[in-house]
Formats: sequence, C-alpha cells, structure tokens
Amino acid sequence: MEMSAYPLELPEDDRPMVRFMNVTKSYGALTVLDQLNLDITRGEMVTVIGPSGSGKTTVLRMLMTLETINGGVIYVDGKPLTHMPKNGVLVPANERYLRKARSMIGMCFQHFNLFPHMTALQNCMEGPVQVLGLPKAEARARSEELLEMVGMIDKKDQYPSRLSGGQQQRVAIARALAMRPKIMLFDEVTSALDPEVIGEVTNVIRKLVNEHDLTMLMVTHQMGFARDISDRVCFFYQGRIEEQGEAEAFFTNPQRERTKQFLSAVKAAD
Amino acid sequence: MSFQWKWEFTWAILPRLMWATVNTLLASGIGYAIAMVLGLVFALLLRTGWKPLTLPLREAIEFIRSTPLVLQIFFVFYVGPQFGVRLSPWVSGMIAIGLHYSCYLSEVYRAGIEAVPRGQWEAARALNMSTRDTYMRIVIPQALPPSIAGMGNYLVGIFKDTPMLSVIGVAELMQTANAIGSETYRFLEPYTLVGVIFLLLSLPTAAFMRQFEAWVRRKLGM
Repeated sequence: MEMSAYPLELPEDDRPMVRFMNVTKSYGALTVLDQLNLDITRGEMVTVIGPSGSGKTTVLRMLMTLETINGGVIYVDGKPLTHMPKNGVLVPANERYLRKARSMIGMCFQHFNLFPHMTALQNCMEGPVQVLGLPKAEARARSEELLEMVGMIDKKDQYPSRLSGGQQQRVAIARALAMRPKIMLFDEVTSALDPEVIGEVTNVIRKLVNEHDLTMLMVTHQMGFARDISDRVCFFYQGRIEEQGEAEAFFTNPQRERTKQFLSAVKAAD
Repeated sequence: MSFQWKWEFTWAILPRLMWATVNTLLASGIGYAIAMVLGLVFALLLRTGWKPLTLPLREAIEFIRSTPLVLQIFFVFYVGPQFGVRLSPWVSGMIAIGLHYSCYLSEVYRAGIEAVPRGQWEAARALNMSTRDTYMRIVIPQALPPSIAGMGNYLVGIFKDTPMLSVIGVAELMQTANAIGSETYRFLEPYTLVGVIFLLLSLPTAAFMRQFEAWVRRKLGM
C-alpha cells in the first residue's frame, strides 16, 4: 500500500483507541509481524496470546515505540503514532513528534525495570516531575495515591533491591499510571514472578479493569486470568492473528486448529 | 657523589619539595578534571552513532591511547608554536595530560554506560523522558558506580604521570628534585623523597576510591 493511501487522521466516526494498519515488522529476513490489522476500542481490555516467537510482545513494543515498524501505520486516538504528517503525506515520525504522540501510552515490563537508584516513591514521581513538569508536592500526592492503590504505600521509601518481584511489579504499575496514560500495556508482567505472588499483581490489574476506563493491551501466558478479565483475546501465530474473539467464547469454543492445539498444549502444561 | 644519607640535607630540601608537591597535586587535579569532563563528552559523542563524527573521533582516541604521553606533551609545547599556538608549560601540560586521560576515561564511561541494562532505557522511554533526562537521571547515575574503580586507577595513573611535565619545565616534584640535584650534586635524598611522597599520596587515594565507591553505591540504593 502506498504511503499516500494512509489517512493523515482517522475520520471522527471511525476512531478506535488504537489501530494497527498493515503493520509489518521484520528483523532482516525474518518477518515477525506480517501485515497486522488490529483495532482496539476505547476502554477495551485485549489480551494477546500465542507461542513464543509469534510476535505478540512485538505488538506491544511497537505501540510503545520501543521498536520501529517496517511497514504500515499505527494510529492512536485517530492520530498517527509511528508517522507524522508532512506536506500532506505521512512520513516516519521524528523524536519530537514521538514524544508528543506516545504521551498517552504507559507500559509495564516483564522484568519491572524499576530505576534501582530511586525509592518506590521516587520511581513514581520521576515521570510526573521531569516529563509532565508537575510541582513536587502534586507529583508526590499523585504517586502516594497510586502506591496506596497497588498496596505499596508502606514500602514507598524502599529501594527496588529491597522489594520482592511482586512488589516491584506493583510499583512499576503505579509508576506507569502516574503519567495518566489512556492506554496501558502489560508485557508478560507475571512471567518473572514466583507463583505465590502472581495473585497480588493480577489483582491490581483486575482492579484497573473494574475501576478505570483505561484501554489495555496485555500479553500473558496465564490463560485463566486472560479469560477472566479480557474483553477480547487475540491468538497470534507466526506473525499473524490466527484467531480472535470475545474471551469466554474464544476459550470455550476455539475455531481454528492451531488455536485448539495451542490451548490444549498450555492446559497440559498447567 | 656520596651514597651516605644525610638527614640534615633531607630536612633542608623538604620544604621546597613540599611546595613542588602542591604543584604536582594541582597538575593532577586540573588534568583529571579536564579528563573527566572531556572523557564524558567523548563517550556521549561516540554514542550518537553519527558516523561523520564517531569515526574520526574513535580514530583520534585510538591514536592518543597508542602514543606515549611524553611525546604528546612535547608536541603541544614545542610543535604548537610552529603553528602559531604558543602556550605556557602549564597550559600545554594540562592540555596534553587532560586529553590523554580523557581518552582512557571515555572508555571507562563507555563500559559503565553499556553495563546499564536495556530495560532501563526502555523504562525511561515508556515514561516519555527526554534523551537528556534519560542520560542525566537514569543512565549516568547507574553507570557511575561500576566506573569508579576504573576512574580511581586513572586518578592514581595521572598523578604518577605528572613527572613527565618536568620535560617542559613545569615545576612539579620531579623537576624540583632534578633542580636540587644539579644544584647540590646530591640526588639520593631528593629522588628518595619524591618516591616517598608519591607513595604516601597514592596509597590513600586508592583506599579512598574504594570507600567512595561503596559510599556512592549506598547513596544510590544499590
């Protein structure tokens, strides 16, 4: 598809929160994502599942602009994210444009990635103070409120090295939320955790789903959790969406052979 | 010339050597300060990945690291004037030493920066931090502790290399000891004293750097 065929902005009556339009990602000869088309509507919780190497994490990383894309355009809230308009066509976004465009997206990582030289509270305040330019008092109030929400207010003055994995991940969620994103990305946030602390993190995400109008995209290996809280599940296989559907229907009545194989393999492993 | 140690003579020349020590410390301090700043600038410039800049810079750093410091000192001081750049011994010496050690320190910084996990950069990006803030607030504070040991080695190194400034007449310890020797024909005491003074200053510095590293790690919560 020619670049000029992509709209500079999506029309008012067709504006999903996120739209992947023919998005392709490859590393050299290896195509990780092949012409991905995916819409996520406002307030929707979409879970991405699939075998490793299926490109599911890449979807999140592209949306966070941690990876550049090789083809297609990603739109967020109707405006292009990966590209910017110039002389009536879309060209790859520069850093300044990206900083504006990605400001409504937040992300949590598999390995938390808290800043080790800052306390839990400082981690949460860093973005609001340095990026949003909030006064310290306001950033502190906002951060403490969020740490309270994730149940980490008692540990706010601890450094990450003194916290368990589950605690670190909860701080990381608070840190991302402190930027007031409209879209939250969760990249295998429980995969590096000990089984007994997974619940404390999933409970926080559950709370977010129930109490906030965030749009969320999550990659996970926990099928039970995905089934519980997702509006929709996308099964990725070899860089394409093999099957997607409403969560309950997806798990109880998968249509495609690959999906059935994957789900039974995961079940067997559980 | 006599190899008989003379205490009287020793005490007599000590004040003059102590003054020279001040110059040695000054030269090390200024040289190191230049090297620290310039080294960081080099390390950051090399990270821009902009070939027209990084290729010549990398070559220049390799060149400076592969040629003797004493030659560089001579070059700045004696060859400079032929190009109309006339500098005092002090200025020439500080430029040569600062530049020389900045090349070593840039490598120390580079290793430190590369040791910061990729996830830290990604977290900073996910928080939409500017490149400047990412370096200043996230990456450099974490690159510092693992760099301190290497930086300490070069601090001692620069200190021990200051005698090379004597070749262009900077009145540091070595030059002063030489002067005393040629005035009095006694070399045993001045040179021995120079050795002792260097030892007395180097050893605590190394110990201090270890303490400093531990302190920085504590301070940064690591």
